[in-house]
Amino acid sequence: MTTDMNADSYVTEDGRTIGPVVMDLKNITLRFGGVVAIKDISFNIREGEIRAIIGPNGAGKSSMLNVISGFYKPQEGEVWFRGSKRPQMKPYQVAQQGLARTFQNIALFEGMTVLDNIMTGRLNKMNANLFQQAIWKGKAEKEELENREACEKVIDFLEIQHIRKTPVGRLPYGLKKRVELARALAAEPSLLLLDEPMAGMNVEEKEDMSRFILDMNDEFGTTIALIEHDMGVVMDLSDRVVVMDYGKKIGDGTPDEVRNNQDVIDAYLGVSHD
Amino acid sequence: MAQELAPAGAFASIPALLARNVKEYGDRPAYREKEFGIWQSWTWAEAAEEIQNLAMGLLALGINRGDHVAIIGRNRPAHYWAMVAAQKVGAVPVPLYQDAVVDEMEYVLEHCGARFVVCGDQEQVDKVIEVQDKIHHIEHVLYYDKRGLRKYDHSHLHWYVDIQEEGRVAHARLEDEMAAREAELTYDSTCVMLYTSGTTGRPKGVVLSNRNIIESAKNSSEFDNLGVNEDILAYLPMAWVGDFIFSLGQAMWTGFCVNCPESADTLMSDLREIGPTYYFAPPRVFETQLTNVMIRMEDSGDLKYAIFHHFMDFAKGGAGEKHGMPKRKVTTQKKTLEQKIRHGFNYAMGIGFAAETIIENGIRLAFAKLRHGKNVRKHFKAKDPIGLNLYGGALKEYFKYRCGDVLVYGPLKDTLGFGRIRVGYTAGEAIGPEIFAFYRSMGINLKQLYGQTEATVFITVQPDGEVRNDTVGVPAPGVEVRIEDNGEIFYRSPGTFVEYYNNPESTADTKDPEGWVATGDAGFFDKKNGHLRIIDRAKDVGKMADGRMFAPKYVENKLKFYPDILEAVVFGNDRDMCTAFINIDLTAVGNWAERNNVAYASYQELAGHPEVLSTIQEHVETVNKSVAEDEMLSGCQIHRFLILHKELDADDGEMTRTRKVRRKIVEEKYAPLIDALYGGKSEQYIETEVTYEDGRKGSINATLEIRDAVVVGNTQGMAAE
Repeated sequence: MTTDMNADSYVTEDGRTIGPVVMDLKNITLRFGGVVAIKDISFNIREGEIRAIIGPNGAGKSSMLNVISGFYKPQEGEVWFRGSKRPQMKPYQVAQQGLARTFQNIALFEGMTVLDNIMTGRLNKMNANLFQQAIWKGKAEKEELENREACEKVIDFLEIQHIRKTPVGRLPYGLKKRVELARALAAEPSLLLLDEPMAGMNVEEKEDMSRFILDMNDEFGTTIALIEHDMGVVMDLSDRVVVMDYGKKIGDGTPDEVRNNQDVIDAYLGVSHD
Repeated sequence: MAQELAPAGAFASIPALLARNVKEYGDRPAYREKEFGIWQSWTWAEAAEEIQNLAMGLLALGINRGDHVAIIGRNRPAHYWAMVAAQKVGAVPVPLYQDAVVDEMEYVLEHCGARFVVCGDQEQVDKVIEVQDKIHHIEHVLYYDKRGLRKYDHSHLHWYVDIQEEGRVAHARLEDEMAAREAELTYDSTCVMLYTSGTTGRPKGVVLSNRNIIESAKNSSEFDNLGVNEDILAYLPMAWVGDFIFSLGQAMWTGFCVNCPESADTLMSDLREIGPTYYFAPPRVFETQLTNVMIRMEDSGDLKYAIFHHFMDFAKGGAGEKHGMPKRKVTTQKKTLEQKIRHGFNYAMGIGFAAETIIENGIRLAFAKLRHGKNVRKHFKAKDPIGLNLYGGALKEYFKYRCGDVLVYGPLKDTLGFGRIRVGYTAGEAIGPEIFAFYRSMGINLKQLYGQTEATVFITVQPDGEVRNDTVGVPAPGVEVRIEDNGEIFYRSPGTFVEYYNNPESTADTKDPEGWVATGDAGFFDKKNGHLRIIDRAKDVGKMADGRMFAPKYVENKLKFYPDILEAVVFGNDRDMCTAFINIDLTAVGNWAERNNVAYASYQELAGHPEVLSTIQEHVETVNKSVAEDEMLSGCQIHRFLILHKELDADDGEMTRTRKVRRKIVEEKYAPLIDALYGGKSEQYIETEVTYEDGRKGSINATLEIRDAVVVGNTQGMAAE
């Protein structure tokens, strides 16, 4: 790759513009009692890019994502978001900053319909008070219509029109994953965190999901950070990859760089201890 | 020649009809499409403006008279508009099958020489771009759904809406040119070019003129009293002539509303939301829906199950035909007071009857359960209320049907999306009598028609009140039908196609100078009611030794309508009588065996079970009876049959992958059995090689019993003629 990836912004081979750094993680260390989950890791996420975090089981990937989303507070290190140091925040404050995420184990409201689930992703955009909501007048009505329209766009985008009114509990796994993505997308995030979006899917579902991730990034310019085990998917999708092992960063760079990194190869294929 | 006979007056083209619709029905809905969860609608005036803008945009791009505009995409208003816009500027729309693979698309695009292509979305654009490597006459590609196309090279790729915008801007400059081109359209100019599906060889481009389309639309609309209030759901492939006639021809002629579903997956719920009044579907769709209903009924509670079956049996017994059919009259005006009272009274009576039935049967079921415990469902039958039977005779039947309407037919029709249906058509292949009876008895006016692309759909249609499942009706208005000596059907009509594009030989083969077109199907007119009956493809119809007509497919289809029979092969070409191989359906017969405590270890054992043989014999004899009713085909009655010890299988080469029997191979492979059938033996030993799914081979052997079936009428086949 000839592009200067250290420049303030550059254009990728397929014509997307990658902007300046949005999230900068500096020397993060996270401990649970005596267990060190993340050890002194630094990396950044740039505007408009697809950033993958990979690593073997127990490497600390999900912990890392929880640090990014503000759910865990690291004992050491700083999280810089859009040029300012981020204090410890409540989840709703994080959401207001434009972060949204999906979960490794689907966390949807099983008894609610797909549409209602996606509407919960718009909660931050609603200002009507309880009374207005109850009588559905004034602000509440207007807001609901606006938010429903936004949700419908997401539904159309992710091609889940046929299950709009189906309770989530009745859906197969692959579709639930898509609904969760829809909910995250409904919040119109500027940074979207995906925790194993393709775990447990068949090849066709993976292809669909990959297409959605690329389209999301392309159409809405959403910055995406994802954890994934499927190497083929990661290498095809992402612009840059962070590799973790036992809580440490062992590689960081473009897919090609990471693929040829000896530490990464050792971590994945194992190394003889002689 | 060009201007002779334009009975539709000034409306010599689709754009002319559009202009009329704008004038007469300007603010009525013309198109609806579900987008973002809401039915978006366009009135005739709005649709006409969209079309106008697109047509201007196409002009600005430099479209010429006679250019072909290929349209590839699912049913969306924008795609229908593209067709009309093309017509407005003197070009010819060519809708293509959107699910065609690149190779097929390449052939058709090359054959029609399209300069413009209108695509639905990225998928179609990708295919066209791939094709462009090999064929170079495609100049401009339009797409409607922007998704994923932002990064494509846009030098020859345009967003549909951008082109419309350009057309709007260029309005003043191009208006004269447009008016001139529109005025040039005559009754004989080409309206559309449709490609045949190409089941036999390469697809052929059928050129249809404005006369073909408008006359056919006019005749068929009048035949079924279609009015401006109809709603249809456009979901069949746009490349198919049926969709062109229903969603464009008839819609333009009558001014009714065309509804487009949100996506293929939401079709069923969209159907329910719209509740079309005029509907078309191939038999497969009706079959799937019926199966779904039956499966769900199996899982329902005892009372519901009993009531459902009770009323369905009642309706199928003839009451449905008598009381269920929607009235022909279109009720657009407000109801009079008297009608309201009558309707209210009927409805109240129906509800009363329903309440009685439910209560009585609930009590009866409770007692039945108390006494018999489990398994009661199989034997419990809902009955009419006995205590309060106030209505006698014919009235009772009427009220009982109304009651069924409240309890079963109405809700079921609503669930299926057929609540408002006035006219429904099925065509394409034979529909099973069970399926047909099910829908008709519910009060859905389902009819059959027979047609083809070359005839602009309509050859024969079933008029209201003369519907039968084994015929395809009488010649449609304006259509002449003639049967050759060999049974082949010929027709001549205002809908007869102009020519196959760039293929004068095929045109000459199919259409003679007087305008008669060969259908390639064999059939005959029923002497009793003058309805046409289709037997088979003409080339598959043979002669028996005594010269009588031998139509194996016709008999096989009749046999296959029984759920017990999976496959049947009838022999008799050049022989003096017909015989048959039967394959039982393991699921259906296995189910029967389970219920009747018949133990079996294998397919072979079940197939040889004497009771199974007797059941099949009954089926064969029933079929014989119905075959004997047709004078022409009475020779095809099955005299002897046997049940094969294995299923005919594609792995063994006995069938094609699409599950069509390879008659030749079966005949060779089972020669000893055929000899035994004609040799008068009562059983025959056979050893057959089979191929397992993993490719290994083995052999199975069996001694098969051969049964004689009773035939009706002249038992010696030689006696005829």
